[in-house]
Amino acid sequence: MAVSDPPVGAHAQVHETVLGNGLRVLVQANHTAPLASVWCWYRVGSGDESSGTTGVSHWVEHMNFKGSAGIPRDRVKGIIEQHGGHWNGYTWVDQTAYTETATTDALDHMLFIEAERMGRCLYHPDDCESERTVIISELQGGENDPEQLLDQEVAATALQAHPYRHPTIGWLSDLQAMSRDDLLGHYRRFYVPNNATLVVVGDVEPADVVRRAVRHFDAIPPGDGRRVRRTAEPPQRGGRRVDVLRAGTTAYLKLAFHAPAFPDVDFFPFLVLDAVLTGAKGLSLWASFRTPPPQRSTRLYRGLVDSGLASSVMGLLLPTADPYLYTLSATVTEGVPVSSVEERLLHLLADVRDRGVTRDEFARAKRQLAARFVFESDSVTNIGHQIGFFDSVGDWRAYPALRTSVEAVSFDDVLAVAAARLRPDACTVGVFQPVADDPAPPPASPPVP
Amino acid sequence: MTGPASAIGVPIRRQLGNGAVVLVKRTTTTPAVTINASFRAGAVCDPPGKEGLAHFVSRTIDRGTSARTVDQLSDELDGRGVTLSVTINRHALSLVSTCLAEDFDAILRLLLEVSTSPTFPDEEVDTRRREIVTLIRQDDDTPGTVALERVMRLLYGEAHPYGRPPRGTVDSVHRLRRSDLADFVAARVVPSTLVLAIVGDVDPDRALALASSLLDSLPGGAAMPLLDPSIPRPAGRRDEFIAMPGKVQADIAVGFVAVARADPAYESYWLMNTILGQYALGGRLGARIRERQGMAYYVSSAFEAADVPGPLLIRAGVDPGNVGSVLTAVDEELRTFIAEGPSDRELREATQYMVGSLPRRLETNAGIASFLQTVEFFGLGLDYDRRMAGLLASVTRDAVQAAAARLDPDQATVVVAGPPEARP
Repeated sequence: MAVSDPPVGAHAQVHETVLGNGLRVLVQANHTAPLASVWCWYRVGSGDESSGTTGVSHWVEHMNFKGSAGIPRDRVKGIIEQHGGHWNGYTWVDQTAYTETATTDALDHMLFIEAERMGRCLYHPDDCESERTVIISELQGGENDPEQLLDQEVAATALQAHPYRHPTIGWLSDLQAMSRDDLLGHYRRFYVPNNATLVVVGDVEPADVVRRAVRHFDAIPPGDGRRVRRTAEPPQRGGRRVDVLRAGTTAYLKLAFHAPAFPDVDFFPFLVLDAVLTGAKGLSLWASFRTPPPQRSTRLYRGLVDSGLASSVMGLLLPTADPYLYTLSATVTEGVPVSSVEERLLHLLADVRDRGVTRDEFARAKRQLAARFVFESDSVTNIGHQIGFFDSVGDWRAYPALRTSVEAVSFDDVLAVAAARLRPDACTVGVFQPVADDPAPPPASPPVP
Repeated sequence: MTGPASAIGVPIRRQLGNGAVVLVKRTTTTPAVTINASFRAGAVCDPPGKEGLAHFVSRTIDRGTSARTVDQLSDELDGRGVTLSVTINRHALSLVSTCLAEDFDAILRLLLEVSTSPTFPDEEVDTRRREIVTLIRQDDDTPGTVALERVMRLLYGEAHPYGRPPRGTVDSVHRLRRSDLADFVAARVVPSTLVLAIVGDVDPDRALALASSLLDSLPGGAAMPLLDPSIPRPAGRRDEFIAMPGKVQADIAVGFVAVARADPAYESYWLMNTILGQYALGGRLGARIRERQGMAYYVSSAFEAADVPGPLLIRAGVDPGNVGSVLTAVDEELRTFIAEGPSDRELREATQYMVGSLPRRLETNAGIASFLQTVEFFGLGLDYDRRMAGLLASVTRDAVQAAAARLDPDQATVVVAGPPEARP
């Protein structure tokens, strides 16, 4: 292996404690900078939503920055920044996460914010209304972007039963119709200590962090927190496609295949396969995707971009609790018919499926992944994210084990995954085709495939 | 000026005979190194009629060297899991790579080889040209970019490099030849315009010796011509609307010309911008337009200062029906800020934020390298991280208010791009 030392984030010890109310506390000491990063994770996301309340998890995330019993609403966003800190939050299919990173002397402020968020947010009716339009604005901003629009259409076509088919932001009619009671009900059910994990990484001592966590969180009573049963996606029984015709300048192509859940036995072989096809991205939703992967020697870059058919190509496989999608996205070069790109991409994939990959490609992909795992563990914020993210899709221990999990993948595993999972009858092809003018005004209600 | 070698303190700095500056800072957080080579060869260097040349160079410079073909280069990088990013902004062309410590020597050699001996094979130039045209067409379809480029054109005028699109136009890119790329590199991507920052798990003396040995033999190059710093002030408010059928949201850009980085009032403008449109999710603008009125998912202001007075830009994405209300809200917030200045608390918190965020900016190798580049680019001195707090603390409420006076709504340049029904 090219890597002589495991990443700092992986070999340093994680201390796990569970408080009396069920809150899991994970602490890693990392004394390289006078900083601490706090992440608070809830095991709920858009995969837990049903028809009528799609988007509720994301909206609740927004509401949880709108003040609490102990933090006036106009102070929420400055409370960490006045210490030079950074804060954020996000919602995805399996998780909702909140973070602050600041100098270590602000640790109690950060823990206080998260304890307030867990138990004492206000949900003032006026704030629910003003946030409704903020989120609709966020949705409209996404619809201005052809790639996001195509993403949404492809996910809703490739998945027909599992709730991962809903966009995390929700469908417009649900955002227009949901009430404060819907938001508050979701908040009270899922924002309980027994459904949460607190992660602290930085210039801290684990025992001290646990003492502080007890002080801030111990009085919060446990609650329900149970997820609803999710419908399993049945096997796909034939190729599907969706063609979006909208005003625009550029054509986009997106292919979706069914991906394994994490940590299904197919997951890491598929990750290596993706690295062969489009370059290793690592596995951090927070850090990895901000820098382009090494990719110019990959199959699809050489086949699509170097040949001039596409101006970019990208593959994406992410850890999820249930089987989600592996997507391949290409931006079609100006003047090239999108059908040429589609034909060429399907041909390249058929070749991988039928004839596999080379041992050189396999070895290079594993080396790339090992290096990316080092690069994405370069800050307390990024390490804290990874510990909490893997906890939210199963077990945080998967994070320190990433390198060995990739090392354990055999050449034959990769061939088997390519043959089994890149099948045309289990593929969804999505095309965004720009037209001079929209054939119809933007739909007033969300398109239902 | 050469600082002491230290594991935690000041980086080593050495200026070579040909003008190249090398900065090395050791960190041991991860067994990795970030190499950041920035040349003063940004889009402002595009000659008239050759708009997009620097950007074109950034997309082709790493496509073959005198020693390696394009495939050999990508095999070398990809085989080690290394990304070489070539980025361009108005002032700098930067080659940035993060590699494992054990790959440092090879990657530094490769990065400097790419900078100094690109071959621009014809086939690569043609393929990348089509990619760039596609990028420009994507920009044409992005309301935020359309509004931004138009507001910059109005603020700086066609003759100023800031007034031209950094990627050029479809026409200008079609006109560029291989010889233009080679000429640009010969004139601009040279040691005299280079700052090389190396940050990570390397021995500083050894890294410096290697960098020096690779760079020393190269000829320096000519000095950069200076940009004209006098930007004409607008005669009054300008409002433009650009219709983009098929879009569902409108993007607003409100622009002013502020001050240059070297202006004594720079820190006052920096704090003013933080209070107006940054602190706590969009500052005063965010508190009103997003938090209280719920009219935008994003609204903020940004202030960017370099050799010439830089722009201060307020940007928001809003529902077509709210464009008028948001523009009114922006104007009202500006008038209030001009009339009253910041409160003591706003000034105190914004200062604490900017000073307190330094440790985060300097946490990662890439963050430190980028900070060192800024310090070197503007000649701020290697003690700038320690001087910054004092500079900010000396800014008074009156000074911030004086900076805000530059943002007179009657002198604003306003562009809205969005669906036809968004016309205010």
